[in-house]
Amino acid sequence: MTDLTSLTLTAAREGLALGHFTAVELTQAYLDAIEAAGALNAYVLATPEKALEMAKLSDARLAAGEAGPLEGIPLGVKDMFATEGVRTTAASGILAHFVPPYESTVTARLWADGAVLLGKLNQDEFAMGSSNESSAFGPVVNPWRKTGSTQKLVPGGSSGGSAAAVAAHLCAGAAGTDTGGSIRQPAAFTGTVGIKPTYGRCSRWGIIAYASSLDQAGPLARSVNDAAVLLRSMAGYDAKDSTCADRPVPDFEAAVGASVKGRRIGIPREYRVEGMSAEIAALWDKGAQMLREAGAEIVEISLPHTKYALPAYYIVALAEASSNLARYDGVRYGERVAGRDIVDMYEKTRASGFGAEVRRRIMIGTYVLSAGYYDAYYVRAQKVRSLIKRDFEAAFAEGIDAVLAPATPSPAFGIGEKSGADPVEMYLQDVFTVTLNMAGLPGIAVPAGLSAEGLPLGLQLIGRPFDEEALFALAQVIEEAAGRFPVPARWWA
Amino acid sequence: MSVDQATVRRVAHLARIAVTDEEVAHLQGELNAILAFVDELAEVDVTGVEPMTSVTPMKLPLRADVVTDGDCADKVLANAPAAEDGFYAVPKVVE
Repeated sequence: MTDLTSLTLTAAREGLALGHFTAVELTQAYLDAIEAAGALNAYVLATPEKALEMAKLSDARLAAGEAGPLEGIPLGVKDMFATEGVRTTAASGILAHFVPPYESTVTARLWADGAVLLGKLNQDEFAMGSSNESSAFGPVVNPWRKTGSTQKLVPGGSSGGSAAAVAAHLCAGAAGTDTGGSIRQPAAFTGTVGIKPTYGRCSRWGIIAYASSLDQAGPLARSVNDAAVLLRSMAGYDAKDSTCADRPVPDFEAAVGASVKGRRIGIPREYRVEGMSAEIAALWDKGAQMLREAGAEIVEISLPHTKYALPAYYIVALAEASSNLARYDGVRYGERVAGRDIVDMYEKTRASGFGAEVRRRIMIGTYVLSAGYYDAYYVRAQKVRSLIKRDFEAAFAEGIDAVLAPATPSPAFGIGEKSGADPVEMYLQDVFTVTLNMAGLPGIAVPAGLSAEGLPLGLQLIGRPFDEEALFALAQVIEEAAGRFPVPARWWA
Repeated sequence: MSVDQATVRRVAHLARIAVTDEEVAHLQGELNAILAFVDELAEVDVTGVEPMTSVTPMKLPLRADVVTDGDCADKVLANAPAAEDGFYAVPKVVE
């Protein structure tokens, strides 16, 4: 029998429906693969017993003709999603033993549609990072290596475990979260597809909060079609999240393969940032050519406030983080370190429970919200955010259907390479991805080529609010033209 | 804008994060690097621009004012570091 883990989600779904193999067999194949892939550190917790139990129920439903849209499909879940009875840590020491008594809405939807939980995936602590190096469980190793090299590379972040697991076939797909690029940048670093849907498309209920006005859930997958299938199950109205949009969820899969003839695609000149590598620039041109050949019209556009998106993002995100993470006080849940009084207890608990990057971000957030600085930093950043959104609205008003841009400024870098004294160096990873979190827009990262050193490179498409369908159609054009990018060697197994 | 070590200590206390003397020196450098980076925003003309308060244009939904959840103190306290008689337990706060 062929290795079942090599099947895309879409192919596995068909194989299950036709009875070529069972959900238990498929799940066991993934559990074996996870067991053999300890060197990647992609999972922080595997749940084999639960997985096999869920798979058995899926087999029963398949046999009874009651299969859901994801029946028997084994998935990994980023450790930001609360999973009932299954330890959920956000890769932080402060939640080292947290076992949620409830299930997040997005994961509940996946299980209701028949999916199987393989385990919880590694990430940057509280999703704060772009390399998965800030995890309390240690870094994730990218399954990709430079040609002829054994250097360990980062998988990107913060959904680095999710991206690595999808690329290494340790799950059929994964649920991640994206606050400033945390789905799209790791997808680009691992040759996988990742979409951050429109703000409000997926419920945030039960997802550990980082920056609430920016956080969105979305899938990481091996193909555009796989991502479309997953997003359809993850999305939808939820009364428990007041920012969740009450609108119907389209059949995203039907958009995959739809014609893009006559679509107007904007190429923002401000994204040609100083120091952009020739490789990335060439990939971008190649992507535009692929869309042109499929009948789309390529138009140069201007998004004048692009260069301010990243600094404004770091003010807004960190301000919200400092407020959201105030809840970890050693009283209601999480770890506690004893102190001489309650304030000392809070301070020791938080100093010991949070890692360095999280402490740094909370402190910046606290500073920009403190008396005397609130207007100069936070209010100004929110005004700049309005301007960033206005730039996109102006482009869409002129008939632009989607924007094409690189996903990242470079391919995957080495572990430890960017963890020097200046945190800003790492923040620059998000230069192409944060703008749409600021504007609430959907964006998809799709692999489009390889670097000279043999590493995957991704392109990003940015759409109108709630028009993920256009992104799936356009991304499919790139996938068909560029092909898929499987990891060349399973060196870890 | 940049911060001195006294400000680092004040912010750490506001954030309820204990810092050692050694950490204060490090944090000062790191925080100043980030603040220098975001200072770029000072050059943007924001005259007459409203700060964003909602990512998507929407009205906050209202629901009926009824109890929909509760009566699960055990679940609520299940992850508490210390609990007694159905309450969270904390160090003494009133002298």
